Amino acid sequence: MSLYFVQKLFYHLNVDPKAKKLFQTDPDALLADYRLTPQEIRAIKEADLAALYRMGVHPLLLRPFATLKGIGNADYRKALAGLAEGN
Amino acid sequence: MGIVTAFAASHAPGITGWPENAPPDQAQRFLEGFKSLHGRLTSARPELLIVLTPEHWVNFFLNNMPAFCLGIGESFNGPIEETAWLKVPKATLPGAPRQARALFDAMSQEIDIAFSEELSLDHGAMVPLHFLTPQMNVPIIPIIMNCLTHPLPPLSRCYRLGQVLGDIVRGWPERVAIVATGGLSHWPGTPQAGKINVDFDRKFLQAMIEGATEEFTRYTDMEIESQAGPGAHEIRPWLAAAGAARNAKAEVITYEPVQAWATGCGLVAFDEFH
Repeated sequence: MSLYFVQKLFYHLNVDPKAKKLFQTDPDALLADYRLTPQEIRAIKEADLAALYRMGVHPLLLRPFATLKGIGNADYRKALAGLAEGN
Repeated sequence: MGIVTAFAASHAPGITGWPENAPPDQAQRFLEGFKSLHGRLTSARPELLIVLTPEHWVNFFLNNMPAFCLGIGESFNGPIEETAWLKVPKATLPGAPRQARALFDAMSQEIDIAFSEELSLDHGAMVPLHFLTPQMNVPIIPIIMNCLTHPLPPLSRCYRLGQVLGDIVRGWPERVAIVATGGLSHWPGTPQAGKINVDFDRKFLQAMIEGATEEFTRYTDMEIESQAGPGAHEIRPWLAAAGAARNAKAEVITYEPVQAWATGCGLVAFDEFH
């Protein structure tokens, strides 16, 4: 479980344009800098919002990550629908 | 001259990002409120804005999360969000390093506050400032508050921070406006996003009207979160503004529970400075 590093990645995607660019062009190269489990890497690469939320990713880190992945308000709501409030 | 005016305002990104999704009359009433505050601020002719605003994972992370951080930089850039999403133009706002350092020195006697020469501004500061000072030319001293992640600074300390801030700035020669941003009830980014607790918001605003916000400093974080959502931890800047205003009675300029913006949106001005 390396929730801390999933969140650290999302934080860097918020604040570091170079990290953001690398995530879009060569995500594996960026993800290699973080201590992540295979499950976390899959959830990040597939933008599996429900899985990321269930892991405990802070909602205000998850929301901008979803925006970066081109997921709008309606699809974001749909992805989390039915999940219990967890954070 | 000291404090010439003080406001508190909600800052939901939808206010600028997707205003058209809200019922037009509701959006208009809220935006009229901002227009009214803009008028008051212009009349107050501030030379300096102290902006109390929540952290949103744009300056600090879990490796170093200050309860409060005062910006002593020469300038501040914002908003960090994409223009296409937030629809607030990017700008560089002048800082006020001399006054900020003086404020830090004076506040540090009572409050252990962090400082930074480099802070980014996000929708938290930039949405309200977009309406209040659209030219973005009034020097600012941002104070970032952790309203985001546990452990949070106690509500009572946020109120106290405001009291200390207000007492210091009252003695300053500059014309200072205080702008607090955040809240009210909302569940941002969660499966409950869109939920608004109108009763909680009205109770909080009533306390602002009566100058009785100290009652809210006794709420536990769990009580706030279960009643009004994790976004309601952002009543911290509001309580700080109330403390700075010595709990003067506030006028509610507008309150609209805007579902499309997923936030109970309020605007208040403190009568003492009107």
